[in-house]
Amino acid sequence: MADSVGRQVDSINHATGKINRLKLFKRKELTKEEKQRLRKEKKQHKKNKKDDRGPPEKEKEKEKASVPAPSKPATQSPAHKAAPVPVNASASESPVAAEKPAKSKAELRAERRARQDSERASKQGKKEGGQQSTSSKPKATPNELQPVVKRLPDHVQVDDPVALKKLAKKLERQQVRQINIVMLCLLSDCCPLTDDGFIQVFSEITLHIPVTVIHPSIVRLGLQYSQGIIAGSNARSVALLHAFKQVIQDYSTPPNEELSRDLVNKLSPYISFLSQCRPLSASMGNAIKYIKKEISNIPSQCKEEEAKRILQECIDSYINEKIILASEAISKYAIEKISDGDVILVYGCSSLVNHILCEAFEKQRKFRVIVVDSRPRLEGREALRRLVKKGIRCTYVLISALSYILPEVSKVFLGAHALLANGYVMSRVGTSQIALVAKAYNVPVLVCCETYKFCERVQTDSFVSNELDDPDDLIVTRNGKTHLENWQTVKSLGLLNLVYDVTPPDFVDLVITDLGMIPCTSVPVVLRVKNVDQ
Amino acid sequence: EIHEPEEVSVWFREGSSCCQETLARNQRFTETPVNMPGADKETDLSERIESFLSELKRCGSGAGSLRGSAETARETTALLRRITAQARWGNAGELMEIIRKEGRRMTAAQPSETTVGNMIRRVLKIIREEYARGSSEETDQQESLHKLLTSGGSSEDNFRQHFTHLKANVIEAINELLTELEGTTDNISMQALEHIHSNEVIMTIGRSRTVEAFLKDAARKRKFHVIVAECAPFCQGHEMATSLCKEDIETTVIPDAAIFAVMSRVNKVIIGTQTVLANGGLRAVNGTHTLALAAKHHSTPLIVCAPMFKLSPQFPNEEDTFHKFVSPHEVLPFTEGEILSKVNAHCPVFDYVPPELITLFISNIGGNAPSYIYRLMSELYHPEDHEL
Repeated sequence: MADSVGRQVDSINHATGKINRLKLFKRKELTKEEKQRLRKEKKQHKKNKKDDRGPPEKEKEKEKASVPAPSKPATQSPAHKAAPVPVNASASESPVAAEKPAKSKAELRAERRARQDSERASKQGKKEGGQQSTSSKPKATPNELQPVVKRLPDHVQVDDPVALKKLAKKLERQQVRQINIVMLCLLSDCCPLTDDGFIQVFSEITLHIPVTVIHPSIVRLGLQYSQGIIAGSNARSVALLHAFKQVIQDYSTPPNEELSRDLVNKLSPYISFLSQCRPLSASMGNAIKYIKKEISNIPSQCKEEEAKRILQECIDSYINEKIILASEAISKYAIEKISDGDVILVYGCSSLVNHILCEAFEKQRKFRVIVVDSRPRLEGREALRRLVKKGIRCTYVLISALSYILPEVSKVFLGAHALLANGYVMSRVGTSQIALVAKAYNVPVLVCCETYKFCERVQTDSFVSNELDDPDDLIVTRNGKTHLENWQTVKSLGLLNLVYDVTPPDFVDLVITDLGMIPCTSVPVVLRVKNVDQ
Repeated sequence: EIHEPEEVSVWFREGSSCCQETLARNQRFTETPVNMPGADKETDLSERIESFLSELKRCGSGAGSLRGSAETARETTALLRRITAQARWGNAGELMEIIRKEGRRMTAAQPSETTVGNMIRRVLKIIREEYARGSSEETDQQESLHKLLTSGGSSEDNFRQHFTHLKANVIEAINELLTELEGTTDNISMQALEHIHSNEVIMTIGRSRTVEAFLKDAARKRKFHVIVAECAPFCQGHEMATSLCKEDIETTVIPDAAIFAVMSRVNKVIIGTQTVLANGGLRAVNGTHTLALAAKHHSTPLIVCAPMFKLSPQFPNEEDTFHKFVSPHEVLPFTEGEILSKVNAHCPVFDYVPPELITLFISNIGGNAPSYIYRLMSELYHPEDHEL
């Protein structure tokens, strides 16, 4: 007995000793390079501070210049990431003991450095309209952007350095969207996902969060977001809610914990993971707020099965009310606005607007549709396919031909990604242009938006906060020539691929919501009414 | 009969007018002409005209290499000079008839290429002036405004007089016109430093050689940032961006959809155009109207760099002749086969920009407001030549 215990203890000590020795070894290695790196970082930091005062467009070039800097420590990080892998194998068997030596000084320093790197990079990215919620420190989010991110508990930030390191590495692509993140979870019940053949080991997560791992349905969801397989705010929200249902199903309350508090804490790392894959949309943010509120409202004496059932029902009713029934109501209102002989212009692919048009067609309204599309996403083709399948007569143009086609148009229907509290409509990039030119030709612009997409943020133009897409999407081969092929090698050339833009309320004539038809400026009224209800 | 098929086959083999020119010249020297020298010149001339017409037709459809307007203007003027030199005419009226006839054929070959028509009208005006100078030694000291109102007085039969030096004078004047054409881009670029300052953000769309030269000239002394809208589906903005980068100008390429989104950060918009219309409006590449509206909304000045040979006496009201379309296979490719048959796809090439949206025209004779364009037109073209 003592022997076995002794051997156990020995093995633990042996394991920890190995870890300690490895850490010490790494420590010696890192001090020299560390100093160099710190020096370089300080220089970069100073340079960036100076250039921050310059025009924001110059940020692009600085960001590219600083890419070699963070990529250097980042390239070294896989080197020492690989080192702990064999250590982990033994460490996971003795998770409790491994926890203590795991947080050795070198590890923490590496973490801190990585966090600094990516913070700086994400701050730069924010300056030129970077992602909404990549920063984990609250000081980088000046507005009440995503309440989810602001209230991240401390222990969750531990998994962020890993993702932030990845962010620093992928900064050349300027977008999280293309990250092929695959989690290799070392616990047996999570199978490794190998999408596109990319496997990256996030071993530190198991090291620092020995019990919590990201649920596989969340991982799959994150991948689908980042690959663009699930796109469109309604689709993303619904997928998110379904994934959360699965999570709640598989959840089991640990002893001495209350479901209402623990489950919320469990969800937070998932949410930050998802926001790393692709920044959260306003609809997703509202859905998450709703779920968290429901979870915390669960009475403490409720049994686990009962609580889970309640939560599943809540989620189902949310989806049903806010998304499905809302779209029915909006269609009903919108169909009143479509008369026979109308020529309706739509932009890109909005599930709501497509639904409205299909319903109107079924109700025997006679109209034809002009679908406007834009590079590089070319989402309008999807809308075109759906409408043509229904049998609606369609015309298809690119957005540069807008001035040519607008004299024929009688109404413009636009979808929205979010409605901001100051009345601005946040939607796919190009929407504001359509509204602008429609206003110049005196064509009414109607925006269709469910109320769950209303958010408390305010924004005045598309630059203060935006999402960046992969700039390589802009490259095109025409007549056998690809002019922008090596744009990354050319120092003074940059590509900018924005995802969203904001439309001022004076361009929008009417917003059709499930609560009725309101002007753009009534959004804060609706928000207050909703808050009072809740 | 002997040398004609040879010349034709030579043309087909080489396919470019300058090669054909040298070859035809050589041909003439090697072969002993069977016909009269006059008729030889005529066939040579008519072949040149034919080849020019077919080039115009080819370029317009986008199949051939896209030529800049400056090239077209130069070639048109050179051809008109040749016609003046080689065609058979006795007095100014006949010469004008010949030029008008050829001019109508040329504009019919490619109606959207307005520089051809502009050059023809310029040459016609030159002929009128030279004739007036030759015929009446009375110097017209009247004011040009008075001339404008009373110019309808000069009737056609006035041009029947024969002057010995008319041909030489006209050819000399056309040579001056050619030198002016050579220098237009430089004249425009020289004004760049007045308009572009350091640390400015300038926006442009598509590819214009004039704007390119303008920006490159300013970049020699000033540091600024350029945002280029790519102008789908032709994506000429990409070429523009790469060419600007060669001069170390910091450039960013954005898709068309982001024009309004980015406009809040732009200080000036500088664009080129295909044609400047008689009311001061523009016929420019598609997407320019959106750009102009966005600039107006943000109160950003819109500067148009256009040399004088692009000024055309047309008005934009002829709806059916204003727009030009190319094949929409770049808009909706044939790979989308199932829906192609049920969908109309459009790919217009040009946009109309009304003069209210334009702040300034920069041309080789200086800067002008759009409201002044009508005066410039009256100086360049005679009102009777507006309809060829």
